[in-house]
Amino acid sequence: MKNNAVLEMKGICMTFPGVKALDNVDFTLKKGEIRALMGENGAGKSTLIKCLTGVNKFEAGEIYIDGIEGSVVNRDTLDAQKKGISTVYQEINLCPNLSVAENLFIGREPLTKLGTVNRRKMNAQAAQLMKDLELDIDVTRDLEEYSLAMQQMIAIARAVDMECKVLILDEPTSSLDDNEVEKLFGMMRRLKEQGVGIIFVTHFLEQVYAVCDGITVLRNGQLVGEYDIEELPRVKLVAAMMGKDFDDLAAIKQEEIKDFSGEPLEIDAKGLSHAGTIKPFDLEIHKGEVVGLTGLLGSGRSELARVIYGADRNQSGTLKVDGKERRIKNPIDAMGLGMGFLPDDRKAEGIVGDLSVRENIILAMQAKLGPMKKIPMHVQNEIADKYIELLQIKTASRETLIKQLSGGNQQKVILARWLATDPDFLILDEPTRGIDVGTKTEIQKLVVQLAQEGKSLIFISSEIEEMLRVCNKMAVLRDGAKVGEISGNMTQESVLSAIAGGDRNE
Amino acid sequence: MKNPTLHNMKKPRIGSHTIMLMITIVLFIVLYGAGCVMYANKEFGRLQNFLNVLINNAGLLIAACGITCVMLTGGIDISVGSVVAMTCMFMSVGLAEWGMSSGVLIAMILCIGLVFGAVQGYCIAYLEIQPFIVTMAGLFFARGMTAVISKEQVSVPFDSWFGQLSQIKVEMPFQIGAYLNKKGVLMVPYVRITVVVALVMVLITFLMLRYTKFGRSLYAVGGNQQSAALMGLNVKKTKLLSHVLCSFYATLGGLCFCLNTMCGTPTQATGLEMDAISSAVIGGTLLTGGVGNVIGTLFGVMINGTISSLVKFNGKLVASWANIITAILLCFFILLQAIFAKIKERKK
Ligand SMILES: Nc1ncnc2c1ncn2[C@@H]1O[C@H](COP(=O)(O)OP(=O)(O)O)[C@@H](O)[C@H]1O
Ligand SMILES: [Mg+2]
Repeated sequence: MKNNAVLEMKGICMTFPGVKALDNVDFTLKKGEIRALMGENGAGKSTLIKCLTGVNKFEAGEIYIDGIEGSVVNRDTLDAQKKGISTVYQEINLCPNLSVAENLFIGREPLTKLGTVNRRKMNAQAAQLMKDLELDIDVTRDLEEYSLAMQQMIAIARAVDMECKVLILDEPTSSLDDNEVEKLFGMMRRLKEQGVGIIFVTHFLEQVYAVCDGITVLRNGQLVGEYDIEELPRVKLVAAMMGKDFDDLAAIKQEEIKDFSGEPLEIDAKGLSHAGTIKPFDLEIHKGEVVGLTGLLGSGRSELARVIYGADRNQSGTLKVDGKERRIKNPIDAMGLGMGFLPDDRKAEGIVGDLSVRENIILAMQAKLGPMKKIPMHVQNEIADKYIELLQIKTASRETLIKQLSGGNQQKVILARWLATDPDFLILDEPTRGIDVGTKTEIQKLVVQLAQEGKSLIFISSEIEEMLRVCNKMAVLRDGAKVGEISGNMTQESVLSAIAGGDRNE
Repeated sequence: MKNPTLHNMKKPRIGSHTIMLMITIVLFIVLYGAGCVMYANKEFGRLQNFLNVLINNAGLLIAACGITCVMLTGGIDISVGSVVAMTCMFMSVGLAEWGMSSGVLIAMILCIGLVFGAVQGYCIAYLEIQPFIVTMAGLFFARGMTAVISKEQVSVPFDSWFGQLSQIKVEMPFQIGAYLNKKGVLMVPYVRITVVVALVMVLITFLMLRYTKFGRSLYAVGGNQQSAALMGLNVKKTKLLSHVLCSFYATLGGLCFCLNTMCGTPTQATGLEMDAISSAVIGGTLLTGGVGNVIGTLFGVMINGTISSLVKFNGKLVASWANIITAILLCFFILLQAIFAKIKERKK
């Protein structure tokens, strides 16, 4: 072990069925260090932590803990606790039906001489602990009577109260307000002075720079790098998380900047929201305009689109479509208003594997007409042939089952499905994911062409280059809130800074 | 919620579980009071009648306490009725035909309960088979064994030590509720020894649930199994033990049941598990686990017993009316629980 390291993980590999969640990941934590573990949703942060605490069994790799001879494998959480690793998991892991005191002490209750639980002593100790953390809580109450934020603080208190060398906080701040976050930071700094190493997972970048000494970045289950806080300013951190090498970013100029302010509005959303995922946002989309939604994975890009489309019910504000105020309660309403939505998860939401290419193309059109009016077969054939030709879908025939097509061609079929309904407004969520470069360019061209025909589009993609190529304007999302818009002369750098937020020169 | 640190939450407030328990108790009092008024001429209100409800349901009460413990973890056990029947048959045949001694038989039966529970618990906790399926197998097995031991009704011989137990009257102290019968003899209300055993078991279970690590872990597992595991509790062991305890209680309840009926028949105690479960639910135990206690179950059993008693006093109604009333009450309580859960969600 390196000197003054309290924890070292080497070459950790872990696979879930179908997903390589961790691929040869190293992680080092020093004594008295607060280290941020960063990465987009699904990067493997929680999995790495669960490997450490024995919840997940990893296939390869070694873990060394200060003061313990040789590499350790924790059997379960209790085992990890005994070795000095205390954890607050992302999902609150307490029992809502037990009192606060019991939640703090269960598994290690103070006992009477008879061996029974000494409830009085337990309550007194719990009350003291809460007082130390300046929390005003009646510890004899059931946990469920308190807010999520308070429950989170209690979970943290439980972890902190146990003698530990390493404290793990997996996104503990998502439900806390500023005040509580400050309290938490105070607690973390105190522990740091006592020499405890802290692993801090968060998706709030400003919090990283407020308390952390170092950053470890993961991406798609792989280690991107371990950095000191000074060597990785915000923008570079975002670039690392998204897999861009920031220094090499050549600014790609857009050919011409079109001004849409004169065009009529296709979509005019004011204050739309969905509880739990999307905070109220405004969004204007002109006819013929392509608006990109950008942000880190999990920032709410797809969710925002789902609210407009009625896939998630809107809970506030107003939505004007083509100048008229509309209430969209479900996707059928949206389709009736000339909207289309290509979801990002095409296996789950898009293709119907056991239907033919033709049937898959006709599906949305038929749904729009209603089940009673059947489209005549020769019309169906015509439409299917038209789009197979137009999008160059590689299929043996229009009656081939869609599940026999390659991913890229399946994607084109679904695109064809929406084009067939002749929408005025189309939402494309990751339309080019998992598609070869040639097809990608075709789809991008098609998007631009549709816009030129006067259709409006929302385009969602993780690839910023692609967004720059097709979008006229981008809305930036962070944690379910729309935090800004960029338009005009957009470059990779300006987009990344907007996603990172805060001061660009930090 | 706004910043909860600003809330002064020190005022004592009654939780929804306490309200549920109060409703159950009030309901019991209302039911019993109604009986006293309606059947005043038949002396429903006599203390002895109240004690009879306890006497008739002592076995059920013990079994219901066991089931409550399993339900607290979020599990279920539908084998208890058959286990009770098997116990009665084993006891009766053992004494009457095999000539075994009472003490040995009781010890054997209680051991069978432990083993029976351990097997069921192992399948549920470690092999992760649905508790409903496992205990249904247990139900058929125990019911089958009952018939295998004897197809006929067998009586417990009164001259055995066990048989003698059924004769013991535990009279009320200070002659509380004593009255003169038609012949002018002073009648002191009494309970049977089974009632004493049952009430002691309620008390022990109550204390166990509240003051032991095992008791608390039953609640924790029922509250959130995953959390309980992450907090370092042994979830599997807790589940296994809850089933051991439940089957043990079922055999002990079976012995009390046997003292009341003094016989074993293959169809005895059919559906007793449902009475036990409904008593627990009426007493405030959630089927989803994590909430409930045996005081509620005690009142649940008393409510069920009172309903049967009311139907009996009426004389004209068919006994099935008791089932219908229980069904209505069950619906009422489940509805109530659902409403409380909704209110709680709103508050969040
Ligand atoms: N229990 C599980 N079963 C299957 N796949 C999982 C499971 N947990 C996580 N994954 C997958 O492992 C990857 C990493 O997930 P996770 O560690 O939760 O990411 P993070 O915490 O960085 O957002 C993701 O692709 C996720 O879908
Ligand atoms: Mg995570």
